[in-house]
Amino acid sequence: MLSFISPYYQSVAILAMINAVSAVGLAVFTGFTGLMSLGHAAFIAVGAYSCAIATKIYGLPFAVGLLLAGLIAGLTSLVIGIPTLRAKLRSDYFTIATLGFGEAIRVLLENLSITSGARGMPGLAHYSTLLPTFIVLALVVFFTRNFIFFRYGRMAVAIREDHIAAEMAGINLFKVRLRSLFFSAVCAGVGGALMAHHVRFIQPNMFTNVQSTLLTATVVAGGMGSITGPIIAAVIFAIVPEVLRVAEMWRLVAYGAILVAIMVLRPQGIMGYREISLSGMIRFCRRLVGTGPGSKGGTAP
Amino acid sequence: MALVFQTLITGLAIGGIYSLMAVGYSLIFSILNFSNFAFGMIIMLASFIGYFAMSTGYVNLGVALFLAMAGAGALSFFNERIAYSSLRKRHAPPLYFMISAMGTSIFLENMVYATIGSQYKAYPQVFKVPTISIFGASLGKMDLFAIIFSIVAIWFLNYFIQRTRTGISIRAASYDAAIAEINGVNLGAVIGLVFVLAGFFAGISGIFLGVKYMAYPNMGWITNKAYVAAVIGGLGSLPGAVTGGIILGVLESFVSVYISSTLRDVFSFGALIAFLVIKPSGLFGKYLEEKV
Repeated sequence: MLSFISPYYQSVAILAMINAVSAVGLAVFTGFTGLMSLGHAAFIAVGAYSCAIATKIYGLPFAVGLLLAGLIAGLTSLVIGIPTLRAKLRSDYFTIATLGFGEAIRVLLENLSITSGARGMPGLAHYSTLLPTFIVLALVVFFTRNFIFFRYGRMAVAIREDHIAAEMAGINLFKVRLRSLFFSAVCAGVGGALMAHHVRFIQPNMFTNVQSTLLTATVVAGGMGSITGPIIAAVIFAIVPEVLRVAEMWRLVAYGAILVAIMVLRPQGIMGYREISLSGMIRFCRRLVGTGPGSKGGTAP
Repeated sequence: MALVFQTLITGLAIGGIYSLMAVGYSLIFSILNFSNFAFGMIIMLASFIGYFAMSTGYVNLGVALFLAMAGAGALSFFNERIAYSSLRKRHAPPLYFMISAMGTSIFLENMVYATIGSQYKAYPQVFKVPTISIFGASLGKMDLFAIIFSIVAIWFLNYFIQRTRTGISIRAASYDAAIAEINGVNLGAVIGLVFVLAGFFAGISGIFLGVKYMAYPNMGWITNKAYVAAVIGGLGSLPGAVTGGIILGVLESFVSVYISSTLRDVFSFGALIAFLVIKPSGLFGKYLEEKV
């Protein structure tokens, strides 16, 4: 099935979708509660290792491994989330705390025997093919959409816009923030599990704070407060380096420069708060054709 | 007992460098209220400037220090002008500053990977007999020099900030930027100056780190310790940065000797999180809730 697509394009598409899974998760946290994490690589790492250990050492099926990865990554997020969010740290202090947490987890992974330390775990099975990855992404987007458009999402937006006013309105800051952190960590863990069975080799130094930053960069570039924006950004970030065919470091040089440029020139990201939706696209097409309600009054002043 | 004393001396030597880094980092935090992740990369670049200067063979440690300070000062200044000043002008939240700082940091680090390469560059030997003995414990002459030089540099900074007219305007701006500006402080100039000063400290610590551990593009991880030190002492507080650096250095040294050297960093980052949760103001800092 799907064998008409060359393995190379499949691999790029899988990578883009895996990036999107983690990015959508982080979008819920950073984009909708306004707190920035520089430690999400830790959750990706925990997910990757949980799934790798589950499938390789305990011989469990991939689906169980994915669920375990999400669950364990989510529980890990509570370790950092409960104390820091309860203390209601200022956003910049929280970011520094997540940075420290990410580094601490990486150092732990380098020294545990079950993760085979810094040598990493080679020879994982190739489960993350096109279809399973796509199904996982679709599920994640579906759950995220529900999370955002229902009660907790609304509360999260209120908190992002003005957390003091939100608290005055009776929103439990700690609970909503913790829930979205948990959700984002579950997504990151699932993304990590997919990654482990796509690259088929994991090692602690794949999950440094550069990885966390790139993930945050994806969300910021896509537009904080949007789900489709980060997905588009994740796809662009996966495809562009393949098209340019440049060495890893030049790619990162470009990422760094793009990040600064976005902050200086277009801080709202690609999409801002907006979303791409089916009805929106239909409206857009109608406007182009010149019929329908969207065209009334003209498009240009 | 001798081991305890030796561990303490080793801890003080690294703690001195942490203090220097934390001072530079805290200076920027005190005025712009965000964590400047690019600072570590400026330290790394300063370390490379020192290496290239000294490996020519014509330059001694003093001149290398001067060159690294000048270079890092300039880099730090342009870092602010390019990546932060427009954010500052539109009153962007700290989040945006931090992302911009991270972007700068990724840019600079990988620029070094791409142009200089990932090899470790060892500084030429500075002293013929590298160590001296104090009460049975050995101390590197370079470490001793670093500690003395750090004390002098921090004393000068403190004098400058406490006693000069420009220093007063820096303190005013860090207390309340808007009110300071209304009262005639040229905020742009003051912030530029703070970044240059922080760059000087990056230059000094870059050289000392390079002499101790060599220069390499991945030095950023060690500069993470600057944030830890600054948080322990209280973000934005200069005496706090110095104390925090020394406490962290001694703590790490004792953990590596008596518990486990591989888990040393887990302890450091654990201390970071513990301090943030229990006492976010650190030992000497002021913790302000985000303003309404």
